[in-house]
Amino acid sequence: MTAIIDYKAGNLTSVKLAFAALGAEAVVTSDPKVIAAADRVVFPGVGAAKSAMENLRALGLVEPVKDAAATKPFLGICLGMQILFDHSEEDGGVDCLGIISGHVRRFPTVPGFKVPEIGWNGVEGLDGKEFYFVHSYYAEVVPETAGFTEYAGVKFTAMVKKGRLWACQFHPEKSGRIGLELLKEWLSC
Amino acid sequence: MLTKRVIPCLDVRNGRVTKGVKFKNNVDLGDPVEMAVRYSNGGADELVFYDITASAERRPIDIGMVEAVAKAIRIPFAVGGGISSVEDMERVILAGAEKISVNSLAVRNPDIIAEGAKAFGAQCIVLGMDPVKNDKTASGYEITTRGFREFTGMDAVEWAKRAADLGAGEIVVNSVDADGTREGFELNITRLIAEAVDVPVVASGGAGRPEHLVTVFREAKADAAIVAGMIHAGDYTISDIKAAMCAAGVPTRMSW
Repeated sequence: MTAIIDYKAGNLTSVKLAFAALGAEAVVTSDPKVIAAADRVVFPGVGAAKSAMENLRALGLVEPVKDAAATKPFLGICLGMQILFDHSEEDGGVDCLGIISGHVRRFPTVPGFKVPEIGWNGVEGLDGKEFYFVHSYYAEVVPETAGFTEYAGVKFTAMVKKGRLWACQFHPEKSGRIGLELLKEWLSC
Repeated sequence: MLTKRVIPCLDVRNGRVTKGVKFKNNVDLGDPVEMAVRYSNGGADELVFYDITASAERRPIDIGMVEAVAKAIRIPFAVGGGISSVEDMERVILAGAEKISVNSLAVRNPDIIAEGAKAFGAQCIVLGMDPVKNDKTASGYEITTRGFREFTGMDAVEWAKRAADLGAGEIVVNSVDADGTREGFELNITRLIAEAVDVPVVASGGAGRPEHLVTVFREAKADAAIVAGMIHAGDYTISDIKAAMCAAGVPTRMSW
């Protein structure tokens, strides 16, 4: 069973529907016991890093998330990828989970580049395939970076892989057939 | 490279997709879910649904349709029409839509943009606007509401800036003058707004041939463009449009 962690950071309907489309059994939960019992854990999220970290602490989910990331197949998505890093400069700066060493920064203001980046962008390292991105902040490229993308003159982490810990900046659940294929691959890792 | 998005627009009237010119002479085009699947499989980068009868009839949006679409496709979609509160927005988002488009509601109550952005994130809140040429306003374009029926006296560029400041994550510029003509987008107002705001701008109204999208991307700085009649009527496919974009050197998602 796959646990999709609900920590009040955005809408989980799309994630749930994508796993349903793959015929995978998935439950949405904020219960540490359910997360501990799950075979696989999905850590989604949209919105702001600071309130996401506050919610995780308030729900007692910081340690359960760290345990899951260290011990079982784990998939961070969007904000769920960013807060795996050490620190985000969002909202004046917020310490994150520190599971991956590195920083999250805001896209610089560059003429011709709108922020947020919204739309389909190619990922080097994943055969240049295009996935759907929606974000104003990006994670720097780190040793665990498995796929990177460029926007506003910045080369950033589109995907990290550290053993069975995968995380992506883009939304595989909203990236059509190619996104579903990536989720399917993760379900068998 | 970030690709330019092609977004089919589906106007839904009493549960069926329809298309009219300047909101008139509507003809039945088909079932919203079937059409969503067809366009998604055909290479659409995103979809937008307007429940065009909801506002007029002062009833809430058809949530059952939103749920059915969310279940059937795996690309992002926006929903507009029949939204009058943050609670309505929440129901649409929980049903599986990525974005909510507000138009007349935001003109009446601009704070709804800020409230929606605070509750769901700016990326969820799309401002739709229907500007019409009017030399008496500063930019030369005035905002209309309620399906072009009411004139507001508001300047289009000023409104776009204010909406972006309030937290709109994206702005759809639907030219009243070009809507339904299939003679091309209104490049001037699209460019004025694309240059005035930092958030992505979606061109809307007037797409009739693939070259129209090439032009709006190359000359008017649009980040995305809405197509309706030209694909609904079967004159062109999304592949036709994207092939023309690709051939002209516009960054385009070509594999799906």
